[in-house]
Amino acid sequence: MDPADIDDGLKIRSVTGVDFTLPIAGIGGRGFAFLIDLHIRALGALLWVLLAQLVVSLAFSRTDRTVMLWVGLPASAIFFLYHPIIELLMGGRSPGKRIAGVRVIMRDGSPPGAGAILIRNVFRLLDSLPIGYWVGLIACFVTDRQVRVGDMAAGTLLIYDEGPTRESVDLLAVQGTAAGLSAAQAELLDDLLARWDSLEPAARLQIARQAILQFEPGATEESALVIGERDALRRLSALLRPVAAVTPT
Amino acid sequence: MTADSHGDAGLRTWLTHRLTLWQRIEAQVGRLGHGRNHSVDEANEAVTGYRALAHDLSMARRLLPESRITRYLESSYRRTHSLLTRPAHRFFTDLVGIIRDDVPAITRDLRVTLLVVTALFIASGAAGAWLVNYSPELASLFLPESAINDVESGKLWTDGALNIVPGSYLAISLFTNNITVAFTATVLGVIFGLGTFYIVVLNGLQLGGALAFTAQHGLGLRLVEWVIAHGPVELSTVCLASAAGVMLGESLIRPRLVTRLASFQAAVIRAAKYLALCVPLLVVCGLIEGNISTNPHIPFWARALIGGGYWIVAMGLVTGWIWRKRGVTPAVAP
Repeated sequence: MDPADIDDGLKIRSVTGVDFTLPIAGIGGRGFAFLIDLHIRALGALLWVLLAQLVVSLAFSRTDRTVMLWVGLPASAIFFLYHPIIELLMGGRSPGKRIAGVRVIMRDGSPPGAGAILIRNVFRLLDSLPIGYWVGLIACFVTDRQVRVGDMAAGTLLIYDEGPTRESVDLLAVQGTAAGLSAAQAELLDDLLARWDSLEPAARLQIARQAILQFEPGATEESALVIGERDALRRLSALLRPVAAVTPT
Repeated sequence: MTADSHGDAGLRTWLTHRLTLWQRIEAQVGRLGHGRNHSVDEANEAVTGYRALAHDLSMARRLLPESRITRYLESSYRRTHSLLTRPAHRFFTDLVGIIRDDVPAITRDLRVTLLVVTALFIASGAAGAWLVNYSPELASLFLPESAINDVESGKLWTDGALNIVPGSYLAISLFTNNITVAFTATVLGVIFGLGTFYIVVLNGLQLGGALAFTAQHGLGLRLVEWVIAHGPVELSTVCLASAAGVMLGESLIRPRLVTRLASFQAAVIRAAKYLALCVPLLVVCGLIEGNISTNPHIPFWARALIGGGYWIVAMGLVTGWIWRKRGVTPAVAP
């Protein structure tokens, strides 16, 4: 893979001849995912300690030996084996990565196998040195793909995972059915409705009047000027979804 | 009617026509992403869907660049690609193949490194013993203060270990520690092998120093008695993991492939295969140490038999001798 392949992400060459680019997750996405996972495993271990201590104290009269076996050991396992086990089960993802919207892939874009996941986790021993993942952090800063040593060893990297959203599927349906609108116009209106609440009232009303004037059959400049906000919203929705007008919340 | 409106109408017709297909592919990819029991027909259908997506994406990129349709198709195409290139789930089959075929081959390649690492370990042990014999106060470099106090009062630090913690807990904590040492020995090989040499020398010095110090107080034989059941395989495994670490260092110093990174990754895969055998060996070592070595009722001869027998089995696995059919010489590459 030549350096040009990573200018805007990782370029994957497909057998179909239609290549695509995967956006590489930087230190921000990586650190965010790690922090979430750190909290999950710390809370999981703590929860286990509290529950097990309660059960052990209720079920056993002598607790000094059994506490170590039933309380300390599983809690340590939850904390230290969280990453390898969860990533193995979730195919290179973890709850933290899912929330941060990142996932692990191989350099050819394929999902990682068990071997690669285990290797990148074993190398946490090195990445976590001397404290607080300094080695891993420095490696992320100095490598072009922003990977830690474990990723270099396993041939993996972290990418932003952009799955198709419900909205995009809905929009496709709208673009296919919106009467009198081109696909680009339908997308424009859909964008306006999606951002409606975040726009300044005066600005959104002005844009809505322009849109109605341009796209609504029979609309005149005079009639558009007197349209109120509620009416504008209703008419835009009707333009986009003629069968069932949907008003954004 | 203008050319633009013709284009828009055509685009809308195309969208309406393809939308059902895209949604069907999306549903199918979601379904195939879960579970493993899928038919060949389903897999073939996914491949056909992938080709259709590639065609539509190519068209959307040309006609509607930067649009949400294109982004949707990009996303669907990536997900389908990811699904189709997903590696097969053959964890245990692969593991058996690694232990039966790959590990003996790696051992053959690493035989010189293994000898060097073992010699270094023995030399470090001898150096540790010499240092403690020459100057007994140096024992504090190799043993914790509590252990030194125990030995000076005529008992080993391992005495009564089972009275402090249950054997199962002891076994788990021991093999966890040993596995961590083995992993560290391999992983630190990244520092051009220096980290691995440090671990080997440190472990050798500690063992030699501890043996010499206990011998000075008449407890040497008792330490050997404690170590004999689990020690041979445990120490051999540290040497195996260290040899894997040296291999990582060598791959960076003298890359065999086109780039240093490619060479390093190839070495990591081989090292990981070696560690795949080291882990179960160390788990059994921990179980022996936690339940047999610490048990004062087991006689020396039984411990020696267990230690020797287990070492022979372990070396049989490492060299592949255990899998070899009698009277059949292994094929030699030309």
